[in-house]
Amino acid sequence: MTTFLNTGRPPVFCPGCSHEKVVHGLDGALQALKLTGEKIAIVSDIGCAGLFDTFFNTHAFHGLHGRALTYAAGLKMARPDLTVIVIMGDGGLGIGGAHVLSSCRRNMDLTLLILNNFNYGMTGGQCSATTPMDAKTTSNFLNQLEKPLDICRVAEAAGAPYVDRTMASSKGLSNQIAAAIRYPGFSLMDIWGICPGRYLKRNRITLTQLEEEMERTTGTSGPIAANEREEYSAHYQRLAAASQPVGEIPRIAASCEAPPMDQRSEVLLLGAAGQYINTAGEILCLAGMSGGLHVTQKNDYPITVLRGHSVSEVVLDRKPVGYTGINKPSVILCLAPEGIARKKAMFGSLTQETLVIKGSELVLPDTGAKVIDIDFAGLNIKSSQRALAALAVLTGQGSVLTQEMLLAGISHRYHGKMLEEAMAVTARFFCC
Amino acid sequence: MALTFLEGNEAIARGAMAAGCRFFAGYPITPATSIYHQMLQLLPPLGGVCMQGEDEIASIGFCLGASMAGMKAMTATSGPGISLYSEQISFAIGGEIPLVIVDVQRLGPSTGSATKGADGDIQFLRWGNTGGLPVIVLAPVDVKDCYLLTMHAFNLAEQYRCPVFIASNKEIAMTRESFDLDGLVVPTVIQRTLCPADHSGHPFEPLSGELVPPFLPMGGSRLSRQTSSTHGPEGYITTDPAIIEQGVLRLKEKLHGTVDDYTFFDLDEQHGDEILLLVYGVTSRAAQTAVVELRAKGCKVSLLILKTLYPVPQNLLRRVIEGKKEIVMIEMNHGQYVREIERLAGPVPIRFYGQMNGELISPGSIVKEVGA
Repeated sequence: MTTFLNTGRPPVFCPGCSHEKVVHGLDGALQALKLTGEKIAIVSDIGCAGLFDTFFNTHAFHGLHGRALTYAAGLKMARPDLTVIVIMGDGGLGIGGAHVLSSCRRNMDLTLLILNNFNYGMTGGQCSATTPMDAKTTSNFLNQLEKPLDICRVAEAAGAPYVDRTMASSKGLSNQIAAAIRYPGFSLMDIWGICPGRYLKRNRITLTQLEEEMERTTGTSGPIAANEREEYSAHYQRLAAASQPVGEIPRIAASCEAPPMDQRSEVLLLGAAGQYINTAGEILCLAGMSGGLHVTQKNDYPITVLRGHSVSEVVLDRKPVGYTGINKPSVILCLAPEGIARKKAMFGSLTQETLVIKGSELVLPDTGAKVIDIDFAGLNIKSSQRALAALAVLTGQGSVLTQEMLLAGISHRYHGKMLEEAMAVTARFFCC
Repeated sequence: MALTFLEGNEAIARGAMAAGCRFFAGYPITPATSIYHQMLQLLPPLGGVCMQGEDEIASIGFCLGASMAGMKAMTATSGPGISLYSEQISFAIGGEIPLVIVDVQRLGPSTGSATKGADGDIQFLRWGNTGGLPVIVLAPVDVKDCYLLTMHAFNLAEQYRCPVFIASNKEIAMTRESFDLDGLVVPTVIQRTLCPADHSGHPFEPLSGELVPPFLPMGGSRLSRQTSSTHGPEGYITTDPAIIEQGVLRLKEKLHGTVDDYTFFDLDEQHGDEILLLVYGVTSRAAQTAVVELRAKGCKVSLLILKTLYPVPQNLLRRVIEGKKEIVMIEMNHGQYVREIERLAGPVPIRFYGQMNGELISPGSIVKEVGA
């Protein structure tokens, strides 16, 4: 096999840098795997490890610090046939920690090589997430305050199915990298090396000492049986293939005549969670559209659901609705104290031009509006049915809504048993 | 005529699908979440990809990776998410990576009000990137625009290889509305121009006389390079000032020089007008109502609704502003886009009215402001 190295752009690392050994290790691995450059993408992070993509005749993607795994994931999902290799340093590991953890959990077929030389080389030898507490760095005493991260143990705990740790100087590096790439899932290699330009200046360590240190670490090398599972993109495709296509956007045709309207009509539905206020607002809109009107609807409810107010604001007009706010409601349906409280400031200014339909047990703020009381409880209408019942009452008032429109709206919204129930409720309030 | 009944977010998702979007990644945030939910329903059955990132940074990163593989990609968030996107947005600009970014604006600053509308991110979308090179920002007025402008956004992203923002607003995004989808005149879908065989294969080298480089997809038969570093046509980092300047000027010119081709607006001009009422976004709807009322009162007023906010459509603005006695600009913030108008208005005086209380600006407020 011929080399993948870009002869026009030879490595430019400091003399003695371990990164250069990984360049050759990776080249050897790619040759052993008998891949072609067009089928490989190298995604590099920032710092000295971020130079990697320029050394190889493969597709190359160099992005922001710590984010290499995010590009790799998008690339792999778009092109699952590509071999995607991510190169980052211990700096990228630290700043992009959330992406490393998520990649372990996701198990996408990516290979992550962490070029771990225990400090930020390119910016001048500051401490990183893997710097030993007794090391000397340009971060003064700060590294004495933070425990170094054992990424292999973290990755295993986060669900990575393949974790390996080795020395950049290891004779078997190419084979080890090839095995990681060959693994059909997320593989992570923690590759220890020496940074002669920065770290070695302050810390007298040798490769032998590093090897001895590595001997003392624990953990698996290679596949982790407990974490092995289906690869993410294949799994995604399998589940996606079983999902049902979404239907066409429903069209609502005008099927009946809306009552005469010389201006737009604003309807407020004031209720509480559990009263199907939003659904009633939607039915009113569908009814309006069935009557040939244009409509808008917006809802207001607390961030935490299942309690508190539920308010729906509906505007109906013969022409497309402009302003979607409520200026002067023509109709207010009051169904619960929570909704009334939400809009209490509005009632004082209302005149007889506004019709309020409310549950007889509810107390309104002082208002000049025309009020119709309905004894929902006495009529045995459940709280969840009162908004719909109030719409049925509205059909008897000769404005905004007719029985025919409401029935058409309900038929667009409900089917089967729900439709029958809704029809039964409204029928009790239709006057002939 | 049969109408559809959609909210703005749903229309954005459907518009994206119609434009050929096949990749979406996002992180849930009110009021943008329903775009993600829609894409999750729409994409997988069609062989598309929809992902939930571990955060906003990952979500847009996934999109950049997928876009470089040749897929049409979109992400959606609100102001707090745009903040986290910022560095990746700069990358999309510099790396010329096509991407549609939806910002469903909510009231800021900071976490602000998740369920209150605002247009408070307008200058942030333009300038929230390192280097300050131009971006495209489109602002919908209603659900119809959400559908239509999303289609245009994809076309522009592909054509000019850049991020394109949809500056939506909670008040459009989460308001359902009837509209005639079948009556829409939609744009022809544009596909990314791929690198021809006789091209150098340098990933950032435009064809002769053009400003946008043809696209070499990652994973294609010719090797492609992408880099967030300052680069020359070959896609390698460079320190050569001449090459740097050439590249930067090209990024600027490819949008500043072409905005006339995608200046979207509605102009309602009244003969003999004195006042120009200038708005964008959801406020335009109140302005349309206000203008009817103002004219009935004898006020000579024209209405310009801008839908392409950036690059600033200077030619349109200069032409419309010329001869007016006064400009009244209304925004759901305390004065952002008005800065662009001040630059262009010359001797024409400008009055500004802004509101940032989570409520829509009403037609009544506009009538009062213009009539004052």
